[in-house]
This record gives sequence, C-alpha cells and structure tokens, in this order.
Amino acid sequence: MSLIKIQTNIAISDSGFLFNPATGESFSVNPIGLEIIRLMREGKNETEICAAVNETYDADPAIVERDLHDFIHMLRQHQLLDNNGGQNN
Amino acid sequence: MADRIINIGVTGLNAIDSPGPGVPVIRGLKEAKSFKARIIGLAYEPLEPGIYIDGLVDKTYLIPYPSAGTDMLMARLEHIQSVEKLDVIIPNFDAELYSFIKLERALKNIGISMFLPTLEQFEERHKFNLDEFGKKHNLDVPESKPVVSQTELLKVAKEMGFPVMVKGKYYDAYAANTPDQARNYFDKISAKWGLPVILQKFVKGTELNMTGLGDGNGNTIAAVGMRKQFITDKGKAWAGITIHDYRLMEITKHFIASTKWRGGFELEIMKSADNTYYLMEINPRIPAWVYLAVGVGQNIPEALVNLALGNDVQPYQGYDAGKLFIRYAYDMIVSRERFEELSVNGELGNNADNQ
Repeated sequence: MSLIKIQTNIAISDSGFLFNPATGESFSVNPIGLEIIRLMREGKNETEICAAVNETYDADPAIVERDLHDFIHMLRQHQLLDNNGGQNN
Repeated sequence: MADRIINIGVTGLNAIDSPGPGVPVIRGLKEAKSFKARIIGLAYEPLEPGIYIDGLVDKTYLIPYPSAGTDMLMARLEHIQSVEKLDVIIPNFDAELYSFIKLERALKNIGISMFLPTLEQFEERHKFNLDEFGKKHNLDVPESKPVVSQTELLKVAKEMGFPVMVKGKYYDAYAANTPDQARNYFDKISAKWGLPVILQKFVKGTELNMTGLGDGNGNTIAAVGMRKQFITDKGKAWAGITIHDYRLMEITKHFIASTKWRGGFELEIMKSADNTYYLMEINPRIPAWVYLAVGVGQNIPEALVNLALGNDVQPYQGYDAGKLFIRYAYDMIVSRERFEELSVNGELGNNADNQ
C-alpha cells in the first residue's frame, strides 16, 4: 500500500492551517484532515491511515478509504506531496 | 543607530494605486542601522502623496519631467545640491532612469553618488529586447516582439495566437483575447508610453516576483521572493507573501552573475504548468513592494546607499517565508498653503518647518 509523503517544507499549524513556502499558497484542513496529515508525517501508509481513522470514527471503511483517496488526490493537485509521495513503497 | 547623517534624494513619491517605490524606499532608509538618513523628496507633481506624509521627507523639490531633457534636470539638481549637499540619489522610475544614468558622472562630479545599472544593462533588458536578452544570458523568456503599427500588431498577434499580452515599453500590460482588443490596447498604450508597443506570447501559470540587489561584480547582495496575494485592476500587488522557491532564487543569482547587474531590480517570472520559469520582465529599479524585503531583514535601500558610497556591503543571508505585506490607502488632510508653497516655489519643507 502507498506511502504518502507531505513535503517536508510545508508548515502545518495545530489549527489546520497549511502554508507552502515555495508557492506562497495557504490552505485550511478540518480536524480529520489534520489528523490524516499527522499520520502521513509519522510515516503511516494508506492502509494504516484508514485503520487509524476507522478506529477513531464510526464510519463505513469503504467510505473512509474513498475519502482518503480523494484527499490525497487534492493534496497532490495542490503540490503538497513530495515528488515521490504516493509511489508504492 | 549610527550617527552619520547621509543626505539622500529620492524620487517616486507617488504612493497611488499604481505606486512608485519612493515611500517604501524611504521607510527602509529611515530604518537603516548603518547611517541616519535625511531625505530630500524629488517630485514631479505637487500632489504626490509621499511629499505630505508626516516624518517621511525632510524637504521636497519639484524636478522637471524626463521629457524636458537632461540639461534641465541637471540644472535643477545643481541648484538642489547647492542647498542640500546630497550624498546619494535613488531614482525610482523606469522612465527617469535613462536621464539619471546619463548624468551619473556629472552628478558624481558635484558630490552625488548613485548605484544604477550601466547603460548597457539598462538597454539590453528592455521589454522589446527580451528575446535577445534571454538567448544571451541563457534564460527562458516568452516570445516577444516590438511593434510600431496596427498592421504589424495584427500580423504578429496572429502569428503568436490569442490571447496575447500587449505591453507598454515602460508600464502597462493587458491580455488581449481578440484582434479588436489588441488594437484598443495598442492605441491606449502607445498614446501613453509611445512606441514601440510590445507583443508577448501569453504564458499561463503562476506569477512570482523577486526583488534584489546586485553589486555590479556578479554578486547577489539581496534577493527576496514574493507571490502576489491580492492584485488591483492594474495588476499591482496590494498584498503579497514571501516565498522560498529554490529555482526562483537560482534564476535570480544566475541573472545577477551573468549580467553583473549593478543596482536594485525586480524580476517578474511566470512559472508555467510544466514548471518552466519564464522571465517576463526585468524592472531595473527597486519595486514598490520593497518594504516587504526590509520587513524580512533585507534592507535593500540601505545596502544600495552603502554600495553607492563605496562602502563594504556584506550579502544578506536568507529570510523568512510566509511574511505578508498588506497595502492600504490613507487620506491625509493637507493645508492649501503647503500645496501652494510647493506649486509656486517648487520646494517645501516638512511639516515641522511650518509649525
């Protein structure tokens, strides 16, 4: 399962505010998004992230997996993942 | 702060919606650690707002427009020099730079130093020379061509394909989507800035800006990258944020090393979707957003003055990304007498002199 890497230079605050110093762009993520980004930073892969979210929230695992894919796609679109982020580990 | 007082003439006091860089340059000079600045404002019009901002200029003189010729300008500056004993002048307008570069030696002879690009640097970076400039210095530039007539405009625009950028030789740039729009912009720009008008291939992407200072020997003394966050209808940044873009910094250092750039500058760069960095424009002077650079520790106006005076200047090292500037407009109440004094006599002391 894929290991997703957030670019190391992205500043992430406790409030969920993300700042990309290379582009000047900033973003807000909700608490679940922030939790997922933290798990990515800890080196967790997609399976582990899904498991962690399922453990915390009472949600359909299939929906969690789909939403995580969407979220990762969005992070990639906004160039927040490093060049190798998302490749199979 | 050092006790040494340096008398500095500064132009570009038109802090309007398309602002001249004079006011932020002066703010940087006032915050200089290596000297105490006494500022002489050099204005073209008595309504330039910087003249009337409290605590900004110590005295203001009206000077003739560049169109009056260098002899008139020199005569006026000789008079100002006889009273004010200027050490340095910082010209801040593209349109006046040619005159000041021409007068650099004559001004030096009467005790005024400047730190400007050479005439060759000034000429070769013109928008209408951008193609050649890119080839010579190995920089990616969008295809651009100077045009002097509507017939030529339409022919070149058709070759480049729409949309196309229509640009004035000093200021103004519009994206034209149709031949009619291109013709309108051509008329508008040529009436204001003369010919040629420059047509430039439209590059879609993210605009990045860099301000910096070259020491004339190929060394980078200062370099700060910025991305506009809020833009006026004239395309001017009303808010911006410092960024760390490795490639942008690399291009800037290459630009300074290759041209041996002397003085302040602003690079306008478009980062395209395929990550090509196109150099769109080189402004051969400090930009109006320079106070952001001062705010992150790179006091470009101060360093420029020290270079002009022949002092040793160490390059600034690094700055924080994520620092914003947010511009604002502010109404001042000015007595008719002060406006009248400048209009009639061509010079005006600061508020304190009149109280």
